[in-house]
Amino acid sequence: MRSMPPLPKPSGKTLYDKIWDAHLVADQDGESIFYIDLHLIHEVTTPQAFAGLRAAKRPVRRPDRTLAVADHNVPTEGQALGVAAVADEEARLQLQTLERNVKDYGIEFFPMGDIRNGIVHVVGPEQGRTQPGMTIVCGDSHTSTHGAFGALAQGIGTSEVEHVLATQTLRQKKSKNLRVTLDGEPIAGVGAKDYALAVIREIGTAGGTGYVIEYAGSAIRALSMEGRMTLCNLTIEAGARAGLVAPDETTFDYLRGRPATPKGAAWEMALPYWKSFFSDPDAHFDREIVIDAASIAPLVTWGTSPEDVIAVTDRVPSLDSFTTPDKRASAERALDYMGLEAGQPITEAKVDVVFIGSCTNSRIEDLRAAAKIVEGRTVAGHVRAMVVPGSGLVRAQAEEEGLDAIFLAAGFEWREPGCSMCLAMNPDKAPPGQRVASTSNRNFVGRQGRGARTHLMSPVMAAAAAIAGHIADVRDFL
Amino acid sequence: MDAFTRLDAKLAPLPLANIDTDQIIPKQFLKTVEREGLAKGLFYDLRFDGDGKPRPDFVLNRPEYKGAGVLVAGDNFGCGSSREHAPWALMDFGIRCVVSTSFADIFYNNCFQNGLLPVVLTAEQVQALMDEAKGGNHLVTVDLEAQTVVSPSGQTFAFKIDPQRKEKMLKGLDAIGETLQASGDIDLYEMKAALSKPWLENA
Repeated sequence: MRSMPPLPKPSGKTLYDKIWDAHLVADQDGESIFYIDLHLIHEVTTPQAFAGLRAAKRPVRRPDRTLAVADHNVPTEGQALGVAAVADEEARLQLQTLERNVKDYGIEFFPMGDIRNGIVHVVGPEQGRTQPGMTIVCGDSHTSTHGAFGALAQGIGTSEVEHVLATQTLRQKKSKNLRVTLDGEPIAGVGAKDYALAVIREIGTAGGTGYVIEYAGSAIRALSMEGRMTLCNLTIEAGARAGLVAPDETTFDYLRGRPATPKGAAWEMALPYWKSFFSDPDAHFDREIVIDAASIAPLVTWGTSPEDVIAVTDRVPSLDSFTTPDKRASAERALDYMGLEAGQPITEAKVDVVFIGSCTNSRIEDLRAAAKIVEGRTVAGHVRAMVVPGSGLVRAQAEEEGLDAIFLAAGFEWREPGCSMCLAMNPDKAPPGQRVASTSNRNFVGRQGRGARTHLMSPVMAAAAAIAGHIADVRDFL
Repeated sequence: MDAFTRLDAKLAPLPLANIDTDQIIPKQFLKTVEREGLAKGLFYDLRFDGDGKPRPDFVLNRPEYKGAGVLVAGDNFGCGSSREHAPWALMDFGIRCVVSTSFADIFYNNCFQNGLLPVVLTAEQVQALMDEAKGGNHLVTVDLEAQTVVSPSGQTFAFKIDPQRKEKMLKGLDAIGETLQASGDIDLYEMKAALSKPWLENA
């Protein structure tokens, strides 16, 4: 007989506390062993983990709770030709190694070219594998994305990937609770990406270290699932391993009818369980931040750290505004690398490449918003502009809506899914010295190609930059 | 995993904040299916110019820092990507300990899986080590048992570390083997979860 799931009672617990408690398996020598409901894997951070399993003759404990995709080093064209046609020998070997590993261990896999394949953090939610109250891990720091569903989702290293494959658990000490409340109505042209950059600007790239961040407030409730995923995705850039949004009707509407979500009676059983995952009114947070959503302008980064954030209407900061010697030294290096002058208006920065894609901003809503800006306009002559949908299914959906035609008519490239130029591990790289308006998540030195200069921004801001040929205020294009 | 007990090694300063794992090892070195041989990619863009020639001014290229085993760096070391290639590359290069005021969570955790000791000291202590490391050929002693770093001039800085992590690092224990001792608990958890969350069983 099957019993109803036990529903946690109001207890002064945060959402994070509840998920943690619901997955505790054991305490061992002061460390907690907690259960992992879903393990997402990809080609780059798993070969050494499978090699470790083989060497120790250990099986994969729950292949059914593991899902594999090929995303980091796949080319974003010619995917139908198959892995054998991947030109980069090392990338090909890594992709073939994943194919062999999933076959040997009986793990579900969406290979390159399969319409269900795409960026791991787009695929999990899209398939309905990501569900509220779950624990999710992946050997990728942007696993925080899945927190948008009220799931505790975190990036892990390869040794931990091996640990999860072998035991379906993770050893960890509990983090602290940080709540970020965003209330109010955003101004036109501002969305989840700007919220995330505002949070990182506020607390810094190490501000969330040791915490799990829960996002709350009316501005969060008003966000779509795509928006919540963007926000949770960038939580790692604020130093926190996981971000969370409590599930609500928006979440359940998104989940209904997806391939892996429960159906019929099972759905009715899951729903009350999912609804129990929220922070109690008397829950204790170790730290609280409140931001007025209406005060946020369209934002853009100027430097080489995601905390180097200014409003698009601002000037590049002066060196005197940095208080500590190493911060000042870092800023000086950043300006030099970025080819910018302190004090210059950021809109003077001419862009060479526009990249709309990545696990941060490649979902259907991102593409719709960018297409709206682009429609009836033309990409500036000197700009290479590309759209890389997050999955084959996002690409198909966009094509059904005619978004591909809008982008192509404006002069954008319409590419096949993958991580693409977000991390340039594949043929999509920005050349040295070129300036990229990018919807991705990291403006680190060399991230998008050696010597490439990245400015992070929202899909609508990137679209505006493509048309203008320089960093531009999207409000002029609405 | 290699055990870490006590280390006497050359100290190299890297006085930059927010050194991310992309800088520690750029993506072109992540296409390997091996753990070994990553030293060649360590700090690649800092160590080598666009033509692949060593930059003579970069600390780890300077002869007086050759063979450095301890790195002292600015705030928030190891932020960004979760790539465990970062600690692998540091270890393969011969770095066994990194000292900073703070580390990013995932990197910090990855260090303990590999016997690379991350040591957190105060901003003043880190600065003192940076200053004393100047000129090169200065030895530090890192003693995990005693939880101290002894600077080249003999100043002793105590550091904190989680006792379980310390124990595992001292013995070089394998986390999987340890967790599998709790297999019974995992079995029990799975049986209960299968009953209470049946919709996850046929996903």
